[in-house]
Amino acid sequence: MSDAAACVAAPESMLEPLIEIRNLSFSRGSRLIFDNISLSIPRGQITGIMGPSGTGKTTLLKLVGGQLRPDAGEVWVDGLNVHTLSRRALFALRKRMGMLFQHGALLTDLSVFENVAFPLREHTRLPESMLRDLVLMKLNAVGLRGARDLQTAELSGGMARRVALARALILDPMLVMFDEPFTGQDPITLGVLVRLIRNLNDALGLSSILVSHDVAETLSIADHVYVLADGHVIASGTPAAIQADTSPWVRQFMQGLADGPVPFQYPASSLQDDFRLPPLQEPSS
Amino acid sequence: MMRPVLNLLARIGQGVMEALARLGRWFVFMLGLLPALPASLLRPRLIVDQLYQVGVLSLQIILVAGAFVGMVLGLQGYSILATYGSAESLGVVVALSLVRELGPVLTALLFAGRAGSALTAELGLMKSTEQLAGMEMMAVDPLKRVVAPRFWAGVLTMPLLAALFSLVGVLGGYAIGVGLLGVDSGSYWSQIQSQVDFREDIINGVIKSVLFGVVAVWIALFEGYDCVPTAEGVSRATTRTVVNTSLAVLGLDFVMTALMFNV
Repeated sequence: MSDAAACVAAPESMLEPLIEIRNLSFSRGSRLIFDNISLSIPRGQITGIMGPSGTGKTTLLKLVGGQLRPDAGEVWVDGLNVHTLSRRALFALRKRMGMLFQHGALLTDLSVFENVAFPLREHTRLPESMLRDLVLMKLNAVGLRGARDLQTAELSGGMARRVALARALILDPMLVMFDEPFTGQDPITLGVLVRLIRNLNDALGLSSILVSHDVAETLSIADHVYVLADGHVIASGTPAAIQADTSPWVRQFMQGLADGPVPFQYPASSLQDDFRLPPLQEPSS
Repeated sequence: MMRPVLNLLARIGQGVMEALARLGRWFVFMLGLLPALPASLLRPRLIVDQLYQVGVLSLQIILVAGAFVGMVLGLQGYSILATYGSAESLGVVVALSLVRELGPVLTALLFAGRAGSALTAELGLMKSTEQLAGMEMMAVDPLKRVVAPRFWAGVLTMPLLAALFSLVGVLGGYAIGVGLLGVDSGSYWSQIQSQVDFREDIINGVIKSVLFGVVAVWIALFEGYDCVPTAEGVSRATTRTVVNTSLAVLGLDFVMTALMFNV
């Protein structure tokens, strides 16, 4: 391809979605998690995946990362069909993806510095001085340059997630996947994480997938949102469009209503049966 | 009437299916680990770290247990041999018992309790805290980076620990037999020198301990890697490591003794 052609091709490729999920079905045992869903994740934006616990949000990230295989359908990442790749090609693709696990998944026998340096030590042969500078730059970006010598056991939950974020960014990925980054965080840490995710996505030109059931935080930074329930995408659009959605399911989730399409009561036999009550008498007229 | 029978059949079927699934996972684990083993030799630093964790930290229990076993052999051996007027043979009884059987077997059992359970718990914890999944997502193969160095450490450590166990045991037997019960020191050592054969006894003992090492560390690593990633799952896996290793070592010891010593 000529230089001129490459210059023309680049902007077009930027318009293509980074991730395309096509007709994906996945089940665990007899439980159907995804039933023929399709969605796309654009480049350079933060895409929120929302839904109540147990709807398969984390499973979706594992399918994108090739840690799980779908029963049917395809997952395309940057033009590659993830589940047809060889192990070597899959690992090459993963080097361009960062993932922030729900609890950080830091290596407990390594210090903060060594945790962030881990992918560099495994995949590169950089001189120690350059490696040190890169690690400290990433730690500085998440505000933890001063915590480099701490052990992981000495970190709070929020700090552990920031260290994990620095580690996810150390190989300069094109995509970062956040798995429930806000769960169990205090308001200050929550604010720090929300700002970090938005700022880093914009400053580093990343594409981000933000899996969460924290409505306010996700809507405040996402450019586009998908809402999942019962194995389907039940709503998608900008945060404003999702908030304006009038379907009962989306309203119950967004407003945190106790009863609705997702019932308050777990399926059970009737009250009369459980409490051995006599049948209700018809009122006599 | 038919329901209890059907339930029983269903439970049996479920048990068989689970056992087969577990066997399948065991083979998958083995197929994944085997190619990772040669590559991990190129990173000796990781193996040295594990040699410390698996070997050096097991020294205390191995040495103390070896000394006590040797002393008990000294006491029991003397009381039996003295009945037949051959107390001078105490050295060879202690040495052969240790080198052929007790050294490799007891070291493997102690290894399962100390290092094997620790390996299972460590891997199980890494799995339950998503450290292994995190490595996978960082394009690092946990079998190469985490499991293989621990495998080599276990296999290299076991014969050394068994040799130390036997050595300390012989010294323990000496302390009791010669120091306490009055067996002649020269007889104790010369009987060992003349009766313990290098190839027949010592090499066979080493072969046993290497094989026990492979079995013990394999079981420990598989149980940790395969455990249900919860606190309960890790504790169950740790228990299974100790039980399964103990049974496997004792069963294997019977087979190997029958093959090696032409009994």
